Amino acid sequence: MFMHLAQTAKPKIETANKPLLNLSRRGFVGAGTGLALAVTLGACSQNKPETLAQAAAPIPDNSNIDIGPLVLISIAADGRTQITNPRSEMGQQVITTVAQMIADELDVPWDDLFIKQAVGDKKYGDQNTDGSTSVRNHFDRFRMAGASMRQMLTQAAANEWGVDISECTSELGVITHSSGKTLTYGDVSEAAGKLDVPAEDTVTLKTRSQWRYIGKDKPSYTISDVIRGKGTFGIDVRVPDMLYAVIARPPALFGKVKSLDDTAALAVPGVTQVVKMKEPEGEAPGFQQLGGVAVIATDTWAAIQGREALKIEWDAGPHKNYNSKTYAQELMATARQPGENKFKRGDVTKALSSAETMISADYYAAHLSQSPMEPPAATAQWTGDNVEIWACTQNPQAAQSTVAQICGVPDENVTVHVTLLGGGFGRKSKPDFVVEAALLAREVGKPVKVTWTREDDIKHGYFHSVSAQHMKGGLDKDGNVTAVLHRTVFPSINSTFGPSDQGSDFELSLGATDNPWNVPNMAVEVGKANSHIRIGWLRSVANVYHVFANQSFAAELAHAAGKDPKAFLMDIIGPDRIIDFSKDGVTYPNYGASLDEHPVDTKRLKAVLDKAATMAKWGRDVPKGHGLGIAVHRSFLAYVATAIEVAVDADGNISFPGIWSAVDAGTVVSPDNTKSQIEGGTLFGISNALYGEITATNGAVDQSNFPDWRVMRMAEAPHVFETHIMESEAPPAGVGEPGTPPAAPALANAIFAATGQRLRAMPLLGQNDRLDMSKVGEG
Amino acid sequence: MVQLTVNGKAQKIDIDPETPVLWVVREQLGLVGTKFGCGASLCGACTVHIDGEPVRSCVTPLSEAEGKDVTTIEGIAAPDGTLHAVQEAWIKHQVPQCGYCQSGQIMSAVALLKENANPSDEDIDSAMSGNVCRCGMYTRIKAAIKTAAKGA
Ligand code: FES
Ligand code: FES
Repeated sequence: MFMHLAQTAKPKIETANKPLLNLSRRGFVGAGTGLALAVTLGACSQNKPETLAQAAAPIPDNSNIDIGPLVLISIAADGRTQITNPRSEMGQQVITTVAQMIADELDVPWDDLFIKQAVGDKKYGDQNTDGSTSVRNHFDRFRMAGASMRQMLTQAAANEWGVDISECTSELGVITHSSGKTLTYGDVSEAAGKLDVPAEDTVTLKTRSQWRYIGKDKPSYTISDVIRGKGTFGIDVRVPDMLYAVIARPPALFGKVKSLDDTAALAVPGVTQVVKMKEPEGEAPGFQQLGGVAVIATDTWAAIQGREALKIEWDAGPHKNYNSKTYAQELMATARQPGENKFKRGDVTKALSSAETMISADYYAAHLSQSPMEPPAATAQWTGDNVEIWACTQNPQAAQSTVAQICGVPDENVTVHVTLLGGGFGRKSKPDFVVEAALLAREVGKPVKVTWTREDDIKHGYFHSVSAQHMKGGLDKDGNVTAVLHRTVFPSINSTFGPSDQGSDFELSLGATDNPWNVPNMAVEVGKANSHIRIGWLRSVANVYHVFANQSFAAELAHAAGKDPKAFLMDIIGPDRIIDFSKDGVTYPNYGASLDEHPVDTKRLKAVLDKAATMAKWGRDVPKGHGLGIAVHRSFLAYVATAIEVAVDADGNISFPGIWSAVDAGTVVSPDNTKSQIEGGTLFGISNALYGEITATNGAVDQSNFPDWRVMRMAEAPHVFETHIMESEAPPAGVGEPGTPPAAPALANAIFAATGQRLRAMPLLGQNDRLDMSKVGEG
Repeated sequence: MVQLTVNGKAQKIDIDPETPVLWVVREQLGLVGTKFGCGASLCGACTVHIDGEPVRSCVTPLSEAEGKDVTTIEGIAAPDGTLHAVQEAWIKHQVPQCGYCQSGQIMSAVALLKENANPSDEDIDSAMSGNVCRCGMYTRIKAAIKTAAKGA
């Protein structure tokens, strides 16, 4: 009775470039009619399933399955099931994960799935692939979509047999009546397409024990392409007749071209044109292009050569006096002064002055670059007033609306195809590079691909904020913490979008005002800071520096109290409880999730801490020069503790005998992938902590490529990396970012344990990527 | 006009012979599996084999490949589609996250195993340290290389 054709067909990824699109169409020609379930994922709010709107529409007779952007799931008469993935794939395996959620409730054979990548369209609801949200914000609605479709198919079979739906069951694409007769989903897909989408309260989701794909490891959908060099990334897009562009951007933000001599550039073979870019408007860069001069050529190399031959004199612009060294001193001076209170419990000033022991520490963390392995790249092609775009964007709707706005066309004239992303880490949420491609393609009158070189990426990014923090802590005579003051100063992400002279409540809630310590007197204060380069978000955002400071400081307090850092950490987290930060005067956004569904639970926090310590065999004797450090934090609703063993040799070289992480991310859809994300997130954090430093002189970023913007390499990677996922039935939490925050403080704490040297400034390593061994033993 | 063989196929390329092999394979031949990551021999994303030797194609002018055999990631599997042991191991360990560095990682790993069928951790570190993975999949890459070595 199985009518599926697709058992023979391997799951196929359709990336967004044109040739592949055509291929997929061919795949469905002759497939006959079937059901296409249109789902409005709506202006998304939290975990609520959105209304399944738009009655199911039969697939038109011409059997072209590609019936428009609204279709989330469709089933052809031959049983092949197409899922449209609205989220951007940047390595987190979201294509596979979305398919797991939908196909589980739909209950179809995994090998019958065919995945199509959605274009940017508000009708999909939130497509911004950022904030570790793809599962935590969409788990219910993706499952509801699959379950609704399954119910319609079952109803259609019941109708055909003239029986009640309660007498029918469905499994793996086959509907069975209690009498034993069967129909496949494909058999009834056309009839089901004529039914109304059932009301949500009439649809039953599976119980956990019935899950077929959720919580199981499914191989990555993209892997078979990736290992053959076949996936299409943003930088790989090719359209007929296209030209290639690279851009010389102003060295400092809002700098301008004073004079340009392009004679030599135009003489480079292959260079066809030199174009002055439109300058950004206003005082906030937002997602605008940066201005400068573009070189257009028949291949990328010629464009790069052409750019080198440009003679440009720049007007340095309003940020020409930005020198990150002096700026860092100013930030630190501000952090030592009282700031605006954002968290108030008890009386910190009094408690500190009456403390038996008072310690204080200043922490610093430099600007960072996301530097995804694939630099930004976008291709645009205009037809009249309509533009088609292919880009490695984390946020296709923002790309669409920003292009529309800057080019002066309505949103609907802009189609954004999302390619695979060679990493994102927050950089590709900002569509400035997409705007550049659209502007240039219109100017040139041909399709244009803009490629950012690595130098462009590192010099002209949206940088992770630099920060200075000052912490004070008081201990009583028994070594109990009586008071903690945390002051933080950093230029805000908000400064990229409008006037801002202080870190926002949102950024403070990432690691500062969400401090779970059970300390009777606590305060968090924020000081003023202006920005002079584009500030943007990077994997785990402000958690990076805040958690570096307070999880390092916890170990410093433990040291002052003469206690074991892990036991001390358990103690200051205190008894099992649900924390309500509003009692301390904090407006706590909780990563956009409701506190009812995702409470801040100290029991879960301590459980991961205990687990990571156990995995690392905390308390064991380690060889000379080795040290164990630990840190724990809740971010993006997930609880992660990481223990790191470092080995430091006599020259100050660091290596990692082992790293152990425990993660409680609630319900996990994709276990191995979750582990992979925790590994990657941790190494990202360690790489930044060891080497990461973007500096600026006269408004221009000093670093340019991987030698001076240093990242972790194979020889520096840990020899052992173990991740444990805690069993949990809590709603899903994020997994892409939460691995990063505990990494830096666990590392600094491990270095302290190994050497007695307390490092309070990131990057931790000095000259030649080594520890400064002259300071060993200094607390 | 520069003549060379790419993945077993003879090619004639009419472009400035100073153009790096990276851009030639990507843009003249449409073999986009070889990636651009730094353009300066610093990340390994562009690794290809020339006469069996791994090279960074972003700094290798086309003129240097004249008359030689170039293999890119697209040419690593057998002509009948059978995957190389390294590719199989990459699947087994689910190595890639974004995958962008992985063409280069695989090309370096294939070259390493050809030289050294049973590499130690240190051998792997030194052969692979030119290949950056910003997604941080080093532990998996190392494990996969060992699996491939056993299978080979
Ligand atoms: S692109 Fe060639 S080594 Fe980085
Ligand atoms: S898998 Fe993304 S850079 Fe290596």
